[in-house]
Amino acid sequence: MASLVAFFISGLLFGLGLAVSQMVNPAKVLAFLDVAGDWDPSLAFVMAGALMVALPAFHFIFRREGPVLTPKFSLPLRQEIDPRLLLGAALFGIGWGLVGLCPGPAVASLAYFKDSTVIFLLALFAGMGLHRFFLKPRD
Amino acid sequence: MENFTPYSALAGGALIGASSALLLWLTGRIAGISGILGGLLSLSGGGLAWRVLFLAGLVIGTVLYRVGGGPLTDITITSSTPLLIVGGLLVGFGTALGRGCTSGHGICGLARLSPRSLAATLVFMASAAVTVFVARHLVGS
Repeated sequence: MASLVAFFISGLLFGLGLAVSQMVNPAKVLAFLDVAGDWDPSLAFVMAGALMVALPAFHFIFRREGPVLTPKFSLPLRQEIDPRLLLGAALFGIGWGLVGLCPGPAVASLAYFKDSTVIFLLALFAGMGLHRFFLKPRD
Repeated sequence: MENFTPYSALAGGALIGASSALLLWLTGRIAGISGILGGLLSLSGGGLAWRVLFLAGLVIGTVLYRVGGGPLTDITITSSTPLLIVGGLLVGFGTALGRGCTSGHGICGLARLSPRSLAATLVFMASAAVTVFVARHLVGS
């Protein structure tokens, strides 16, 4: 139960951060990605701000035996830099660059009640479903 | 660069970093949004409640910002419907194949000093920038 509250609170903080930083606004994201145009470097500061907190915090958290509310850490097991990682990241980048939404802001932007973000999210789920349908069995 | 907003970007980023740290510290989980979304599609995987609560928090956090009078009163999306669909499909398929997005690889992965996440982050940043360049300066001009 306590961990369910923890999930909600961290989601809340995350959503607040996406709004405060304006990462939730596709126009802002595209202005950041448009390095050859009227470049707005603001969103580089989002990553800087996040890492300034998360880097030292993670360092101390990983010194613990485990998390506070659950028995152990659930971390990604893969280590290798394989073609799937690179191809997946490249395809993701194309989609991100076409619209200006990545998964977190796509969800948070629902708070602005726009049909376009709902369409994008449905397509995102469809893309994940296609991956599951075609590629998961060989994983 | 009249829209340059480094302070709010830093502050928002710090909130995102704090959220990721809180989640890892309390629950042992990585705040990777594409992974959390992808888990909703796996009916056998379990963990539906926490995923829904985190995602609800994500939306409500942004709602609170709006209700609290945050300066970003609206967002701007100019993509046509076909472009929204193609973009969404690519983001969904790509993050599933590459196992992570801006949050999972770009923030949590880098904070864990994972070479895999660094590689993914460099690739999706570069590919997004090239896409915008092509769309805005080669095709769109």
